[in-house]
Amino acid sequence: MPDNATALQLILSADPALMAIVRLSLIVSLSAVLCASLIGIPLGALIALTRFPGREAVIVLFNALMGLPPVVVGLAVYLALSRSGPLGSFGILFTPQAMIIAQTILVAPIIAALTRQTVEDLWVEYRDELTAMDVGPWARTMTLIWDARFSLVTALLAGFGRAAAEVGAIMIVGGNIDGFTRTMTTAIALETSKGDLPLAVGLGIVLITIVIVINALAWTARRAGERLAG
Amino acid sequence: MRGPVANLPIVFDGVGLSAGPARILDDVSCTILAGAPTLLIGPNGAGKTTLLRIAMGLVAPTHGHVTWDGREAPPARQAFVFQRPVMLRRSAASNVRYALKVAGIAPATHAQRIGELLALVGLDAVADRPARRLSGGEQQRLALARALARDPAVLFLDEPTASLDPAATKAVEEVIRAVAARGIKVVMSTHDLGEARRLAGDVLMLHRGRVVEAAPAATFFSAPRSQEAASFLAGELLL
Repeated sequence: MPDNATALQLILSADPALMAIVRLSLIVSLSAVLCASLIGIPLGALIALTRFPGREAVIVLFNALMGLPPVVVGLAVYLALSRSGPLGSFGILFTPQAMIIAQTILVAPIIAALTRQTVEDLWVEYRDELTAMDVGPWARTMTLIWDARFSLVTALLAGFGRAAAEVGAIMIVGGNIDGFTRTMTTAIALETSKGDLPLAVGLGIVLITIVIVINALAWTARRAGERLAG
Repeated sequence: MRGPVANLPIVFDGVGLSAGPARILDDVSCTILAGAPTLLIGPNGAGKTTLLRIAMGLVAPTHGHVTWDGREAPPARQAFVFQRPVMLRRSAASNVRYALKVAGIAPATHAQRIGELLALVGLDAVADRPARRLSGGEQQRLALARALARDPAVLFLDEPTASLDPAATKAVEEVIRAVAARGIKVVMSTHDLGEARRLAGDVLMLHRGRVVEAAPAATFFSAPRSQEAASFLAGELLL
């Protein structure tokens, strides 16, 4: 049985090693969500608003990619970044950058797919009005993304949830190096296999708490924004 | 507002619109001239909305053709207020600012124009409120302000008072009257005969996708020539 008192002690004493792990986890996951939204939101809006051959297939593909297995993405990024790989010259395998790249690939399809759905639904509502105002394609895209902003928060949260919970990809490309690429999820996996259950449980509690707090903050921000902007 | 109207006359020549087997508009020929408001009346499903949408250039007819002052392409200086206008998710003032921006009006004049337009429709007091929190009548008037931001020569209105109470209807009709007095050609649909009497310069009556009567308002209301118009005016249910 894990010693819960020890887990709590680690958290309450703000153990420096624990804090470093928490900080790195947040940096990696939030950076990945940022990068993925820079890719996913415009891409999702583009798919929502353009008609091209094979569009349906692209939509199905993106929906399917939401369930991309992290270990497979980890493996692909590992192969690309390894010394002999096409991007090996950057020398970033087993660094936080590599972890951010892997998580961006995992999160971008989620944000793109959810953005596509949100923007497409809003376009149905706005089409007549924007057409009558003679709004061009570029301005139309920006308008829809802006007016969908509160719904898009949910897409970002879904992406963050995926990134924060994920262990397979960052384990492979980060290497779980103590003090450098160790995150909460990789540490939990390691400590559990080593039998250090108090630390694993402590990290588990911190991870769940952070996810809840971030969701609560996003929800509050969304509510406040909706009240102000309608 | 600018002077002479370049969009008019709008001429419908044998215009029809089919959607599958259904004929929504059938062989409509009519002319919308400059002057007092033109009112489109007729029961639901008569084709009023479709005629407005074609006149705005939102829908291309499947039969016949439409010209605006002799040209085939719909001109820019037209605006449309939908029956259920969609408010952008921002404040009332920002909704008007958006329309000004899209219409390419110089940004330096925006603040002043927003003030004028909101005052015209009587919404200056709620400028900073989220547009979606406004009442139905206020949203309808904001949609009018937004349409007028384009500085249109012709303003199309699709049943602008359909779901409003008498007080809100009166407010909207007053704005429409003010707009018409500025020389903007108003073309609007209604199924409310009282409203048509109050606002119309001339009347186009539609029934089952066809124009059954086109006449100056005075003639139409006192001496309708068609059977359909006579029944409609007598308050009978036109099926």
